Order: sequence, then structure tokens, then C-alpha cells
Amino acid sequence: MATLQFELVAPERILFSGDVEAVMLPGTEGDMTVLPGHAPVMAMLKTGFVQITDHENKGRRVLIRGGFAEINQQTVTVLAERATPVEEVTPQTIDQEINELELHRDASSDFKVREAADAAIAQLEEAKQALKF
Amino acid sequence: MPSLKDLRNRIASVKATQKITKAMQMVAAAKLRRAQQAAEAARPFAERMSKVMANLGAGITIGPESPRLLAGTGADKTHLLIVATAERGLCGAFNSSISRLARDHAQRLMAEGKTVKILCVGKKGYDILRRQFGQQIIELVDLRSVKQVGFTEAEMIASKVLALFEAGEFDVATLFYSRFKSVISQVPTAQQIVPAELGTSTADLDANEAIYEYEPDENEILANLLPRNVAVQILRALLENAASEQGARMSAMDNATRNAGDMIKKQTQIYNRSRQAMITKELIEIISGAEAL
Repeated sequence: MATLQFELVAPERILFSGDVEAVMLPGTEGDMTVLPGHAPVMAMLKTGFVQITDHENKGRRVLIRGGFAEINQQTVTVLAERATPVEEVTPQTIDQEINELELHRDASSDFKVREAADAAIAQLEEAKQALKF
Repeated sequence: MPSLKDLRNRIASVKATQKITKAMQMVAAAKLRRAQQAAEAARPFAERMSKVMANLGAGITIGPESPRLLAGTGADKTHLLIVATAERGLCGAFNSSISRLARDHAQRLMAEGKTVKILCVGKKGYDILRRQFGQQIIELVDLRSVKQVGFTEAEMIASKVLALFEAGEFDVATLFYSRFKSVISQVPTAQQIVPAELGTSTADLDANEAIYEYEPDENEILANLLPRNVAVQILRALLENAASEQGARMSAMDNATRNAGDMIKKQTQIYNRSRQAMITKELIEIISGAEAL
């Protein structure tokens, strides 16, 4: 089966680089799965899981907080602002982040900022549910 | 002529200094490795970022509706200089060469009749610039308590810069830092971050100039990406700076250790000579005393 080259880059390190069969990205306008031969797209990403499907159908999930994806026919590059492999995510870290976001939201009077923070909090809660903490 | 005891004391103190510089060199070498890894690990992100930005930039024309972070405010009156230096000294010319570059830049701008504002990151640069530009410095960002600079710090500085920009406090922002070339060579660099300079060189553009679909539309993506780009550029500068600082300190301390070694050798020689001279003198005294009898 055809593969595409996938790279997940965080500011401080490269989290994943290699051939994959498919990746699922949490786009701001909805989740999408990218298969080889996808039309070129640039998309913003929201908080959520990037789901990587390797060769032998082995899944791998990475939690990202916002980012950007550049999709070409053969390559997909995700620039994630903050990314943590699922194995490294703990309920405490998520709770801490929700806390931070809440503080951030309460400190700001800008409607847009509040809305964005609310959405991010909801997504983190969802992520927590998904991980069954 | 110093007495033997003085000489002994001097040698002992130089030896103690040498031990300190040697230790500092080794610490710097250990830290350098980590800092260098961090700087190298951050490079791909910054590179991809500028590639994406270049791709985006190639697709749009700069008009009045473009985000101001890209198009600029249309004026060129007030300049913000972000001077990133170290928190500690004893690293050779590292701090002073960044400060000198910033100072020259500031003087040139002021001679042209422009307003200059300075944001210092790191205490050392602040100390150097304070004397001359006390009026212009608007803030000092202290990173002394931060062990390993990361995205959090960069984001914090970026949000300050962006808030200033939103408030119309400046038109152009330039970032001063030291690019890490190798252990013995660090290049002080000035880089304009606002308005963003898109790499328009063909090397940055993708070979297969695909027509992208945008989700959401281009302008929204740009508006989202530009502030991030500022943070990423600052992060890169901070990490390069951290590596440069350790490199500069390592070579400065290596030099200091070597100089101390030379000094010890010289002093020991003087010590031995005067000791021998003293013995000879005593012998002469004894012999002439015996002869006189």
C-alpha cells in the first residue's frame, strides 16, 4: 500500500518522522484523515489528537495544542505548538493546562480570546475522556 | 623585590584561580552540549515554519487588508530593538559584541531622527546599554531563574512584543542575538521580525509549486501564523544564544586557564631564582665569615 511521509515537528524537537499509511488530523473545521495522494491543503489545527497509522496498522496518538498542517500529495508536515505523545500525557498535566487556560480566559476581556480558550478547554476535557482517566 | 612568602602566596592564588576557570570551562562544555542539541532540535521547526510562510507569502499579494504583522504599519518611525544577551558574564566578548551591534544600530536610527525603544532579554546586555540608552530601554526580561529556555519563555516575550505592536508602540522590530556557528565562532546577528520577512528566495519555495487549498481561508491562516512565527523566531534566537553563550564561555575559560598556567610557570621560575639567589647569598656570607677568622 502506498505510504506518505509524515513529520510531526514541535518547537523543541521532532516527534515523528517517517512513512505512514494514514494520519488523522484535528483540523479547526473538523477532523480529517489524510491518505496518500491527498490534494494539497494548508490547514489550521486545534487541540486534539493526531492519530498516526504506521505500516503494520500500528496506531500511535499524539496530543497537540494547536498547530498547522501542510499537506502535499506525498508529504504531510505538522507544526504543532505543543505536542505530547499519549504515553507521556497524565491527568495531572491536562488538569494543569485546563487550569492555565481558565486563568487565561478569566484574565482577558476580549470576547474572541475567551471563546478560543473555552473551545480549547472543551477539547482538553474531551481528550481526557478519550484517554479514560 | 617581593619576598619569597609573597611569591608563594601569589602562586597559590593563581593556582586557585586556575582551578576555578578550569571548572567553569568544564561546566560550560557540558552545558554547551545540551544547549547545542536544543538549538539543533529547534531548527527544523523554524525552517519548516519559514518554508510554510514563504509558500503562503508567494500566494498572496500584500495589500491594505493584509495582516499588519506582514504588511507593517506603513510607517517607519519607531523601532523596537530586542536585545537578547546572557544573564551571566565571564564569557568573553559574547555580551559586549551583541550589545555593540545593537548600540550601533540604535545610534544609526537615532541619527536618522527615528525613535528607538529597547527591550532587553538578559541582564548583561541591559547593564551595558543602560548607561547610554537609559531613556530608551522600556523593559528588562529576566531569565535568570530559567534553567533551560523553551517555548514558554519565547511565547512570553513574543506576547509582550505583540502587545506593544497592537498598542502601536513601534513600527519595526529587530531581534539581536548571537548565532551559533561553532564553539569558537559566534556571529552577532540582527534579524527583523516585525514586519515579517518572508523568504522569497526560490530555495525556500517548494519545487512542486502546488496550488494549495486553505482551511480556513488564507488570511485567517496568516493572521494565526504570523504571531506564532514571532514566537518561533524568538525561541530560535534564545536557543542559539544559549549555545553561543556556553561556547563563548568555554573558549574564554580555556584561554583563562592557559594564561593562568603561563603565569604559574613564570612566577615559579621567579620564585626558584630568588630562592637560589638567597641560598647563594647566605653561602657567600658564611664563607666570607669563615675566611675572615
